[in-house]
Amino acid sequence: MAQYVMSVLDDVAGGRATPEEAAAIDVFNEELQAKGHWVFAGGLAAPSAATVVDARDGEPVFTDGPYLESKEHIIGFWIIEAPHLDAALRLAAGGSKSCNRRIELRPVLSE
Amino acid sequence: MTGAGEAITRVHREEWARVVAALARRLGDLDVAEEVAAEAFAIAVERWPVDGVPPNPGAWLTTTAYRRAVDRLRREAKREDKHREAMMLFSAPEPLGAIDDDRLRLIFTCCHPALAMEARIALTLRMVGGLGVPEIARAFLVEEAAMSRRITRAKAKIKDARIPYGVPYREDLPARVAGVLAVLYLIFNEGYLTSGDGAAVRGDLTAEAIRLTRLVGVLLPGDGEVAGLLALMVLTEARRAARVSAGGELVPLMEQDRDAWDRSLIAEGHALVRARLASGQAPGRYQILAAINAVHTDAGDSRDTDWSQVVALYDQLVRVDPSPIVRLNRAIAVAELDGPQVALAEVDGLPLDGYRAFHATRADLLRRLGRDDEARAAYDRAIALPGNAAETAHLIRAARGLVRRSR
Repeated sequence: MAQYVMSVLDDVAGGRATPEEAAAIDVFNEELQAKGHWVFAGGLAAPSAATVVDARDGEPVFTDGPYLESKEHIIGFWIIEAPHLDAALRLAAGGSKSCNRRIELRPVLSE
Repeated sequence: MTGAGEAITRVHREEWARVVAALARRLGDLDVAEEVAAEAFAIAVERWPVDGVPPNPGAWLTTTAYRRAVDRLRREAKREDKHREAMMLFSAPEPLGAIDDDRLRLIFTCCHPALAMEARIALTLRMVGGLGVPEIARAFLVEEAAMSRRITRAKAKIKDARIPYGVPYREDLPARVAGVLAVLYLIFNEGYLTSGDGAAVRGDLTAEAIRLTRLVGVLLPGDGEVAGLLALMVLTEARRAARVSAGGELVPLMEQDRDAWDRSLIAEGHALVRARLASGQAPGRYQILAAINAVHTDAGDSRDTDWSQVVALYDQLVRVDPSPIVRLNRAIAVAELDGPQVALAEVDGLPLDGYRAFHATRADLLRRLGRDDEARAAYDRAIALPGNAAETAHLIRAARGLVRRSR
């Protein structure tokens, strides 16, 4: 089994799911749990709520805002478990349908 | 060439995919499988002229390559466990059943939809076709180092994202087969209508695409679209010699010397199309395109072409694929059946302004209607757009003909 991150992309910063989308996401989450694919999931606050922290040179420096200005933002994510990419792609398709947004599927390094 | 040399060339062509595919499954690593397969062929080049060609060359190569891989793993034994874990290719979601062949696993892996199309093409030519990286780079007018990186990146993604080494889920099968056929058709078209300034037709690429499609046909014998694509390719390939003039200009279908067409390829294509018609199943895109080509190659003289049949097939194709390019091609047939005026009405307004064939078609229809000024403008638009060099030569000649006429 390998883990994958499914990042939910949106062009509205801090966009929220509609009640219909939220209900579909709940159904999808239950299915992930029932079939043993569930690891973790969460929605993210707007990028403007982010703080960039850099402690590489000793004293941490805090900077307001996202580290990248971009048109699209990650507004939520799932971490799933799947045996291989074909299985993960199916789950990502289900996730994309449920939240009505594009998803970036990316493997977690397994070492 | 010596007997052994010829045997190696033949065995390379026939056995490369089988050797790599079997090794990939046993070793769980495409990269190592490819490298040790290449090493085994290099050993054969040294040994066979001396020792003679082994009775089962494919098995000899697989065994030799496998031993090399085992030696290599032993040398790297200090980190074997971790290495092994990281190397594993992931087995098939579905059992292969009646069509159990490692080569099919290899093809589906190389043509996986999670890989970029150009990576799928390069990987398929390297891993399944056995072409060398320099050959593939030349064929696609890319620098060798860049092509090598493209293939390396694709193999790394297969490993990191865990693209399975196997046949897709049953529900995904039609889409995945369509994906494989798209790769093969792109390879064929790159050979047939070369982009850039290379030769008008690159026979090595069209031949390779046909060979790979034949292989997929053997592995998926029940698939109508595989047979359709093979028919489409052989019927197109049959016209290759007549398609470019001695001066390097593209010769349109209607002006080609039909005696120069390859009769045996046409017979093969017609037989494939007939078999698909007899199956009674609704045809897909490639089968319909093959049928259109069968109608064209059925006419001994271009004037005998059954245009109503061609237009009827295009109507069928529009239902399967209503894209503007299909509509453009349909209009070309309509021009022969109902005249250029009707065809022009269908062509105008298609959203294909950046597409050379659109302007070339308009130019030809306007020329036939005697609207020379508009035709000239359309030829100029077509010539200015990128495309095949032989096609450019043809368009320039057609535009010049117009100038002479108007004088």
